Amino acid sequence: MFKIPINFGTRQLVVPGFLLAEGKYEAGPNVYNEGDKFYSTVIGLAELRNNVVTVIPLRGCYIPSVGDVVIGKVVDVITTAWMLDIRSPWLGVLFAKEHLSKPLNVMKEDARDYLDIGEMIIAKIISFDRTKNPALTTKEQGLGKIQRGTVIEVDPTRVPRIIGKKGSMISMLKKDSGCQIYVGQNGRIWISGKNREDEALVAGAIKKIEAEAHTTGLTDRIHEYLIKNRM
Amino acid sequence: MDKKLITEDGRRLDGRRFDELRPIKFQIGVLKNADGSAYVEWGRTKILVGVFGPRESHPKHLAMPDRCLIRARYHMAPFSVEERKSPAPSRREIELSKVIREALEPAIFVELFPRTTIDIFAEVLQADGSTRCAAISTAALALADAGIPMRDLVSSVAVAKVDGSLVLDVMDAEDKLGDSDMPLAMMPSKNLVTLIQMDGLLTHEEFVKSVELAKKGCMEVYAKQKEALDSHFRIASKEEV
Repeated sequence: MFKIPINFGTRQLVVPGFLLAEGKYEAGPNVYNEGDKFYSTVIGLAELRNNVVTVIPLRGCYIPSVGDVVIGKVVDVITTAWMLDIRSPWLGVLFAKEHLSKPLNVMKEDARDYLDIGEMIIAKIISFDRTKNPALTTKEQGLGKIQRGTVIEVDPTRVPRIIGKKGSMISMLKKDSGCQIYVGQNGRIWISGKNREDEALVAGAIKKIEAEAHTTGLTDRIHEYLIKNRM
Repeated sequence: MDKKLITEDGRRLDGRRFDELRPIKFQIGVLKNADGSAYVEWGRTKILVGVFGPRESHPKHLAMPDRCLIRARYHMAPFSVEERKSPAPSRREIELSKVIREALEPAIFVELFPRTTIDIFAEVLQADGSTRCAAISTAALALADAGIPMRDLVSSVAVAKVDGSLVLDVMDAEDKLGDSDMPLAMMPSKNLVTLIQMDGLLTHEEFVKSVELAKKGCMEVYAKQKEALDSHFRIASKEEV
């Protein structure tokens, strides 16, 4: 079989419409093909792994995926459900039966008594297929309403960097600051520490990671940053 | 008409050759509140574009079950032209909004975001001809900056007939005093035209030549667009995870 070599270097910056490869390949995320020609759909870094052409996006919103844990903000309360902004094109739906242990008695109580507009919730996506809004649940260990701490936002495409290889970055942040940190797949991060100063320190470090996401030796530099800024 | 738009040595009013573009400078990511944004200085034409979405459709009845809705607003600032322009949308602005939307729509994967909306706002800060072409080219960059999946960028340029010759990248004086004006937008790496309009009269032969010239111009604009994206995102591309 004749194969035309790929048209990019490893992790080369590509723009929408960039011809990535021609031949018998497979289209991965952010790549589309017309016959044997493979093009990028976004600005990102091109990669070839096991014959699959992919582009790692540099910009973009969060696209829900079943099993993801996200941090949502209540934007609307309807009779037996809450609508959550999860920073995706669609609002997440949290039905009362997915949040409360007993059914919500709409004659006697109001959904607002449990969760009100503006409150932050850690939830897991249980179903999503683009034709319906993503459905959420909080009925698992570690999920539910956020009662304390700070929530900050980063670009969703930077989430893998904040977690690091096998969680190296996040475990270093936790160890150095003594804070509890929870990274939602949608780019919202919950930080809960002993005091506001610790939380602000971690927030600063995360902003630094976001800005320098694509540079080498970042884990070491963040470690130094935390030690230097902590008195 | 006794005003001359072309000098004896074949130069235009601003000293350009027939097939020369004005200096074009694109900037990406200029608005913090928008999901994607871009700004262009295209000769004396200056346009700012902000893109929002894909996001929930409001009002809800506009949402489509199988694709996302694209809305474009082309607007000229009251100070963008010599005499104050009323800020209310004029007939021309409504038409241009539609044209810009339809020029960009074929490039966007609308079927990936059913029931949502993408809003494109193009604000003309200073107008000196070819504003729709500049708006389309800049909006394509703003959409790319928002991370919206696209088949290709969209590049656009206009060709006019002035004093009997075809000239690339029309400026205001040539548009007003010339005989004909033809904006063209295309997806350059696909060689697909997404917009073609024409004012005035051209012979068949002139029309064919104009399209050729406009396509050549689009490729030059495309190179500038890629350059702008490249320099904005280059820092990010050095190394990853």
